[in-house]
Amino acid sequence: MEENKVTISNCKVLIIGGSAGSLNALMQILPDLHNINGFAIVIVLHRKSTDDQTLEELIVLKSNIEVKTVEDKAPLLAGYIYVAPSNYHLLFEKNETLSLDISEKINYSRPSIDVSFESAAEIYGNSLVGILLSGSNTDGTYGLKAIKAAGGKIAVQNPLSADMPFMPNNAILNADPDFILTNEEILTFISEINT
Amino acid sequence: MIEDIELETLINDVYEYYGFDFSSYSRASLKRRVNRVMHLDGFVHFHEFLSKVRYDQEYYKRMVDEITVNVTEMFRDPAFYNIVRKEILPLLGTKPFIRLWHAGCSTGEEVYSMAIMLKEAGLLHKSLIYATDINATVLETAKKGIFPLRMMKEYSENYRDAGGLEDFSSYYIANYGIAKFNDELAEKMVFSQHNLVSDTSFNEFDMILCRNVLIYFDNNLQKRVINLFDESLALLGFLALGTKETIKYSIGMHKYKQLDKEKIWRKIK
Repeated sequence: MEENKVTISNCKVLIIGGSAGSLNALMQILPDLHNINGFAIVIVLHRKSTDDQTLEELIVLKSNIEVKTVEDKAPLLAGYIYVAPSNYHLLFEKNETLSLDISEKINYSRPSIDVSFESAAEIYGNSLVGILLSGSNTDGTYGLKAIKAAGGKIAVQNPLSADMPFMPNNAILNADPDFILTNEEILTFISEINT
Repeated sequence: MIEDIELETLINDVYEYYGFDFSSYSRASLKRRVNRVMHLDGFVHFHEFLSKVRYDQEYYKRMVDEITVNVTEMFRDPAFYNIVRKEILPLLGTKPFIRLWHAGCSTGEEVYSMAIMLKEAGLLHKSLIYATDINATVLETAKKGIFPLRMMKEYSENYRDAGGLEDFSSYYIANYGIAKFNDELAEKMVFSQHNLVSDTSFNEFDMILCRNVLIYFDNNLQKRVINLFDESLALLGFLALGTKETIKYSIGMHKYKQLDKEKIWRKIK
């Protein structure tokens, strides 16, 4: 796909959001991702509020990139993966630290993808890339629009390759993504950022 | 979203007009909260909102109530309460009298959770829980011990996951959509307004709980508050924070020993 050719060279943060079915996609992508060039990956997935550690442990198991545990005011460093903890909203501060918030659920979700995407867009502007994966609600679309409005690039998982196409479809209809990518294409896309 | 400069103007004006200092609050969250209350109350332009805050004290109070986050639940993070039940309470139980401080208690759900655990450990009769919050409105709710009945299913699951063995519904009386917790629990609670930003230590405690409050503060204010807790904690006392909070950016770790991976530290020096 010629229009999916990547030309992203100034990325500091790649933020990935997803809901039902998105873990499957990540489990296909992460094991083959061996190197990220000068940016951090932040993963925001919906899950049960009681699931404190298992998602992070699963990602640690499947990923070649080191996963840093998210604690309040932890610095966000290039070269690492960060996973939003359950039952908190994940936010970004100007001094490039992460902060957390337990305020009301947004789109029935905490963490909410919209909240993290919008907060990241405020801080990182055009050095932010957002990807929205599989899911069955509307969270993420507003956040993608915020990223795009702030000058960042946005990609959506191809609904045909998503377990739950509703969330990517909603984003395609409403957020005008720069890229629509299958799982294999997402892997290539991430690998080629900043190269 | 409001602009950064608008947020700073609001912070300045609130301090100038009312003496309340938001300047050390984490900006990402504060901005969201201000934005939320502005839209909730139908303001389109920031300057209209700002002048309402400046000149209408009642509205100012509402704004502060809405900005400060008051989301809480009973036995939030059951694994944490399980550890407190198994590892901390037996140690506290050796003392003739147990003083606890729950800082930033909001509407009190976690204070009642702690009282229930103290009761089950046979320690409530010799315990006193000081429960404080900056927000007077939430303290009124906390004093009453009345929570929405619809939450009780989730809370009783949390209670069981936290190692509770009793019938959870024996702790409250259900009526017209509310659950009123037994007065016996509240008898051992003292509620008062306390501002972690500006107030000082007021007693010495065997355990201080401050869960998911520090996340709203920047690193400087976190340091101040951790030092305030340090001054207020007896030797061998315990400090418990939220599951994603840490003291490591705030205080020399040689004074404290962490309980495994839990967000509980014991003061050892």
